[in-house]
Amino acid sequence: MNKLRKIFTLDSLVVPLVAIVLGLIVGALVMLLGNYNPIEAYSALIKRVVGSPYHVGETIRQVTPLIFTGLAVAFAFRSGMFNIGADGQVLIGMTTATAVSLSLDGVHALVSVPLAVIAGGLAGGCWAAIAGFLKAKRGINEVITTIMLNWVALYFSNYIIRHFFLLKGQNRSEDIQASASMTFLSSIFDNARVHWGTVIALIAAAFFYIYLWKTKQGYEMRAVGFNQHAAEYAGMNVGRNVIKAMFISGVFAGLAGTFEVLGVFHFQSVFAASPGYGFDGIAVALLGMNHPIGVVFAAILYGGLTYGSAGMSFAAGVPPELIKIIIGSIIFFIAAQGIVRFILKPFYLKRKKEKVL
Amino acid sequence: MDVLTLLGQLLNSTLVFSTALIFTALGGIFSERSGVVNIGLEGLMIFGAFAAGVGTYYAQEAGMGSAAPWVGVICAIFVGILGSLIHALASVTFKADQTISGIVINFLAAGLTLFIVKLLFDGSAETPLIKVFHKQAIPLLRDIPIIGEGFFNAYPTTYLALILVAVAFYVLYKTPFGLRLRSVGEYPGAADTLGVNVSRMRYIGVMISGALAGLGGATITLTTTSLFSHNTISGQGYIAIAAMIFGKWNPVGAFGAAMFFGFSQAIRNYVQLFEWSRSIPQEFIFMIPYVLTIIVLVSAVGRASAPSALGTPYDPSKR
Repeated sequence: MNKLRKIFTLDSLVVPLVAIVLGLIVGALVMLLGNYNPIEAYSALIKRVVGSPYHVGETIRQVTPLIFTGLAVAFAFRSGMFNIGADGQVLIGMTTATAVSLSLDGVHALVSVPLAVIAGGLAGGCWAAIAGFLKAKRGINEVITTIMLNWVALYFSNYIIRHFFLLKGQNRSEDIQASASMTFLSSIFDNARVHWGTVIALIAAAFFYIYLWKTKQGYEMRAVGFNQHAAEYAGMNVGRNVIKAMFISGVFAGLAGTFEVLGVFHFQSVFAASPGYGFDGIAVALLGMNHPIGVVFAAILYGGLTYGSAGMSFAAGVPPELIKIIIGSIIFFIAAQGIVRFILKPFYLKRKKEKVL
Repeated sequence: MDVLTLLGQLLNSTLVFSTALIFTALGGIFSERSGVVNIGLEGLMIFGAFAAGVGTYYAQEAGMGSAAPWVGVICAIFVGILGSLIHALASVTFKADQTISGIVINFLAAGLTLFIVKLLFDGSAETPLIKVFHKQAIPLLRDIPIIGEGFFNAYPTTYLALILVAVAFYVLYKTPFGLRLRSVGEYPGAADTLGVNVSRMRYIGVMISGALAGLGGATITLTTTSLFSHNTISGQGYIAIAAMIFGKWNPVGAFGAAMFFGFSQAIRNYVQLFEWSRSIPQEFIFMIPYVLTIIVLVSAVGRASAPSALGTPYDPSKR
């Protein structure tokens, strides 16, 4: 039994690592086909990410919303639902946080920031719960409702910003005074935009784990995710679990948006199209295999690659779109584990033999 | 403007908006009826829109004149099929999670297409403007009030879409091939026992979805935007997925749903013609299609009925 578990844990570590390497190789091949120098490009990428304290801080900034949205999508997945709507929930969280902080202008930050954070999280949760409610009560596929709600959230947010909080002559809201920046770290990170959201994101990941695997409610949620009918037969209230799971998922997404305005931009733009946070979240959740620890690492990988891509295109002239190809390939290899196992087979057998000795 | 012409024009622009959705939703039906979830329709549309843009451009350069857009269409179908093969390889052969491999398509499409466009056109993030399709009226038929203006003065792609709805319905419900395709999506074990090659049927289903979604993407490039850039598709594939589910995985239903989405997009342009609409913030007018969809879904009776083997890789050892 113990041996079995060891192999399993090894597998869940080895497969993603091999997938990452394979993904980077695919990226290198694409670069070679496009007449770019992959070694130059990758070293420029790494240099950009860890080259200076400022860049490290900015990478952390890039990673933070990805942890939140990744957790949001993963949480819904664990409960048997596909939340394509994290994007809309991020926007609603953002808008609520903006609205609350701008309405509480002049109130001390120790009061207004927590209020804005709570409001942003709750609003994101409620927005997602609409889809949960419609699924629970009317059996409507959450994929459709969350896609539709994304668009509604986009236009609704634009309406709120444009009609109540617009900075004159600009396509964005007034500046938000309340800030969740960690100013005491500014000197370390050379004024990179690090903020409290990162800490909250890690707490959220811990909550995700404890709630789903260590509480009765979480057990029910996973049961519903595994087999709705069995869960119902065992006396669990499927509908309530569906709504609750979507709500929690939405809270994570809402917090992503909240901290983007409170910690990073300190204003909210009027968006012409979806800013795409939620879709990045889907990729992160899949890369992290829907596990909170995996999600955190996946967010670091995704955020690092995305942030580094600017350096790559500056130094080696490689279009930053290459990163999407790399990430797509990594997810492909993680999903199609058969391919990875096939490649690993010879090495795998060897190593097992060594262990026996 | 009298009411009849107005209705005719409304119907006409409904079809302009719907055409790409019809193609793509039909494609989705073929894939999902065979039991393979296709969330990658968005990416396949991007592939198609890209191939249409690039293909038409080079055909034009080669002096093919008005045939150039058709070359674009063929390229789009071909590239769409190639893209869908990645999905089929991962989800059918390697039994990967179908949702994940669909998302992979979306990522690869968004990355690869822009990467290649930047390579081909000296770092520009969009293709040059290209020759596009023009509306072609059908004589006699176009003189029928409302319907004439609505249906018979359209882009060639629109006619093709309407024909394909009928063809798809016929193929799915009236031919042995359609029966096999559906049986593989409902109960692959039984189909396998009766000698149907499950993997092959699923490959075909996914490839048809690639061809049709590619065609859908091409339609947008060749009738609406006249070039390919990063926001040519922007969510249309997801709307097509919604249309497919909304239409209960039936070609005629999906056609109706696609028309509905097209209509609510068209009506938002027409509403703005009226004085009373000025007092409504434009954002609320933009929301109409999406809110309407949710309302219709809530009030529609009966649950959506997905093919029962949808999303599960077929494993003969578990039969």
